[in-house]
Amino acid sequence: MSVLPAASARIGQRLLPPTRWVDEGLSFQQITDDISRPMEARPGRGWWICFAFAFSALIDLVAMVTYLFAKGIGVWGLNNSVGWAFDITNFVFWIGIGHAGTLISAILLLFRQQWRTSINRSAEAMTIMAVMCAGMFPLLHLGRPWDAFFIFPYFPNQRGPLWVNFRSPLVWDVFAVSTYFTISLVFWFLGLVPDLATLRDRATGRIKKLIFGFLSMGWNGSFRTWARYEMVSLILAGLATPLVLSVHSIVSMDFATSLVPGWHTTIFPPYFVAGAVYSGFGMVLTLLIITRQTMHLERYITMKHLDKMAKVTMLTGMIVSYAYATEFFSAWYGGNIYERYHFINRATGPYAWCFYLMVLCNVITPHFLWSKRARNSVAILFVVSILVNIGMWFERFVIIVVGLHRAFLPSGWGMFYPTRIDIGILVGSFGLFFTLFLLFIRYLPMIAIWEIKGVAANSAHVAGIARIARHDTPEEDSEVAVNA
Amino acid sequence: MPSRFVIATFSDPASLLAAVRTIRDHSFPIYDVYAPYPVHHLDRAMGLRRTHLPWVTFFAGAFGLTLAFSFLSYTTVLDWPMNVGGKPDNSTLAFIPICFELTVLIGGLSTVAALLFRARLFPGKRERLPALGLTDDTFAIVLRRRTEHFDPVLVSRLLRNSGAHEVHEIEAQL
Repeated sequence: MSVLPAASARIGQRLLPPTRWVDEGLSFQQITDDISRPMEARPGRGWWICFAFAFSALIDLVAMVTYLFAKGIGVWGLNNSVGWAFDITNFVFWIGIGHAGTLISAILLLFRQQWRTSINRSAEAMTIMAVMCAGMFPLLHLGRPWDAFFIFPYFPNQRGPLWVNFRSPLVWDVFAVSTYFTISLVFWFLGLVPDLATLRDRATGRIKKLIFGFLSMGWNGSFRTWARYEMVSLILAGLATPLVLSVHSIVSMDFATSLVPGWHTTIFPPYFVAGAVYSGFGMVLTLLIITRQTMHLERYITMKHLDKMAKVTMLTGMIVSYAYATEFFSAWYGGNIYERYHFINRATGPYAWCFYLMVLCNVITPHFLWSKRARNSVAILFVVSILVNIGMWFERFVIIVVGLHRAFLPSGWGMFYPTRIDIGILVGSFGLFFTLFLLFIRYLPMIAIWEIKGVAANSAHVAGIARIARHDTPEEDSEVAVNA
Repeated sequence: MPSRFVIATFSDPASLLAAVRTIRDHSFPIYDVYAPYPVHHLDRAMGLRRTHLPWVTFFAGAFGLTLAFSFLSYTTVLDWPMNVGGKPDNSTLAFIPICFELTVLIGGLSTVAALLFRARLFPGKRERLPALGLTDDTFAIVLRRRTEHFDPVLVSRLLRNSGAHEVHEIEAQL
């Protein structure tokens, strides 16, 4: 082919070829077989154990929410001083988790990062499930969830001409989160269509054939469709990229546009977005390590992928640490006594242990990932990812509860103690999330089959170039061309 | 209406690309190419024009933006002006987030709808596959026998020489 001499000449000039993300020896058929296998075989014991835990937590959620609806939100530990606590902490936490999925599927697509291919499908699924968990909390917090449609403007407007307050960040949130959910769902489903067609053509059972046939919308791999499809994927990625940044910015404005000390800062939007990506990557690592082990997909989700994710986690962790330091500096330098007191209280008050736990998890933990050995150890990565999740949950708790419990007048101070229902619903939201995720990896291709084929073909191509280059250049030169 | 098609199947993308180029060099029109994944450079080899779908995104996005801004202005300036925190009725800056979200929402959904419409994909549609394994590991070139000038022997030889492992003719509706 005409590209080969040019490319081999480039390698001859010691420009490094790209890393091969999947083994170039894999045939297309093998890729289809490997990724479809978990959906066609009975799930292993690992899957059942995880599912049992997740499903019990989901039952707990249903019970707790039923109790909450029957009794009202008085069963939570909220009081006059702390009117937002676990519910909003959980909301921000879950929305943040979702961000890594969009980052992987959209932003890395725009940057042409091939390593996203093995993980983008499950990361996007994670986004959708996390946003579902997140969306549940504001609804529960309404107290009267059956009136939830009040938060949307609607026709005919039964409240007379009185509209929702479009200047309020809480209403922006409604638009941001629902747009985010819709676009993520559409993007994810569109990515699934070619794979659903693959499954349809493999299916042996009648019901499976029927369902996959219905969902794959008559996809037949026509290249005229592929060309349009790729363009639409790119457009959706281009739309989802500013969208994802806007969502957490708007979430942070729920706090930043108020006057509460510790909330009222302009640093919040970028700080929240970095935190969201950090926590999201923590969760992607947790999920992929579980998936990889229980579904035996080590060939596709390789250590190289985990290494890349660890690096992003480390980078965003350091951005978050920098934001913590900036907050403290501004509080001291700004000279506002309420702001200054808030930060002294954050580090020495009754919730100081939450603050130090957060520092331990978010400021210190990422630095373990400087070591290549840590990034290459599944066990260490798993522990780090769990710590990241814990740390980021506590970050939101610290911001929200510590900000509210001693805001201005000491006569308005109070403490928040979670009740069993608070904790039960938090645990239950993990149940919902993991149940959905486990069902997803059981019934749908968790790795984008068609995208992996593209990467595998590219790897084979790169390997071909490298082989030619090796013949063209002296032995010692070919040693250089190892990694990019 | 069913037509006659010549179908050549391939097992690797390189021979597929070579075959497409050869067929086009001999000015036979290609009906379509089928592949399990979007093969690089195939659009150029097939001589496909760039899709107009980005324009749908642009106009739908602009429509979303206009809709959002006029709706917000109507409700907060004309229909029921209300003093919230001393902000002006027409607080344009505060409208930006919702305007942005609706631009993205309407732009994105319309683009996907346009794709499905243009590619004639809809839930429940029956697939029309010219060969087996097209969603797995097989690539195919499909040519339509339309005119008397179509030389099936030459086409078949060109396709086989480019690496097709099977060439056959069918009468079908694709």
